[in-house]
Amino acid sequence: MNTIIIYVITVVAILISLIKDSNKTVKALKKAIMSLEKILPQFLTVIFLVALAIAFLDQEKITQLLGDNSGIWGILAASIVGSITLIPGFVAFPAAAELLENGAAFAPIAAFVSSLMMVGIVTLPLEISYFGKKISIIRNSTAFVFSIIAAFFVSWMVSI
Amino acid sequence: MRGVLKRYRFTIIMFILFLLIIMLFPGHSEAVKGSFSNQILTMISIIPPVFILLGLFDVWVPRETIINMLGEQSGIRGALLAFFLGSAAAGPLYGAFPIASVMMKKGASIYNVFIFIGAWSTTKIPMFLFESNALGYRFSVSRLLISIIGIVSISFILNRSTNTKEKQILYERFQTSNS
Repeated sequence: MNTIIIYVITVVAILISLIKDSNKTVKALKKAIMSLEKILPQFLTVIFLVALAIAFLDQEKITQLLGDNSGIWGILAASIVGSITLIPGFVAFPAAAELLENGAAFAPIAAFVSSLMMVGIVTLPLEISYFGKKISIIRNSTAFVFSIIAAFFVSWMVSI
Repeated sequence: MRGVLKRYRFTIIMFILFLLIIMLFPGHSEAVKGSFSNQILTMISIIPPVFILLGLFDVWVPRETIINMLGEQSGIRGALLAFFLGSAAAGPLYGAFPIASVMMKKGASIYNVFIFIGAWSTTKIPMFLFESNALGYRFSVSRLLISIIGIVSISFILNRSTNTKEKQILYERFQTSNS
């Protein structure tokens, strides 16, 4: 259902754009294809990786690592992994959904997704070159703490 | 051609590994294939339209007109605009830094710049749709709510923790940089 809606919106948007300016529309579509192609290798690599991991990490192991009983350690581990990794959200979501289906709890998944988006250990040098050490370090550490708070909140909301 | 090979080298390695695993562990092969096709389907259902929408947005929305509306005096409207801008953006977090630096250069407030960066990282509209698809509305809506609170708090903390002198140094840095 969601898929149909978003496809319809996209087609309408393309048509409106075409009527207004066909050159710009072609440029936009080229941009779309280029950015998609840029992300594709990362995408496929992660998909393969997750598929293999899921097969060998059976339900029991995932539940152990990220399940309901993994508690604060599961959340912390998920936050740290999310802070270090540099995978785009739309690569991470299917992977996260797959983990949930296979026994992971909501809290660590929320922690992972939040820290993945907000905390960038790998990009920290780049951030420092723009905003300086102080701001960058404060931003990333507060965002890390936030990802843990978000984990508790989301898991509580889902359980109501 | 070589560039393509280089970019896809990890993918190719993973693919070979994937095939090996399927051949060597027939017991696991069903689960591996199932998970793979599952993820590919999720991707096809949402990725192409999202990228097209982002491309259109990029082409149609001029940056300069927007940047002026985010200065120190912009108040709640500026913050809302910064939030919306970040949410409508495309690309990874580090893509926000150059744009943020242009905003600073044009005199946008630190508070608004970090609201923008926070929204860019977390509350992107297409991402939200995709997240709902993959993880369910309860998960995505509650994460969105807490994220908005988080982004505003983090921006507030950042704004409070930099004193006037530090801000001035920061602004001067952006004025003199050519980014």
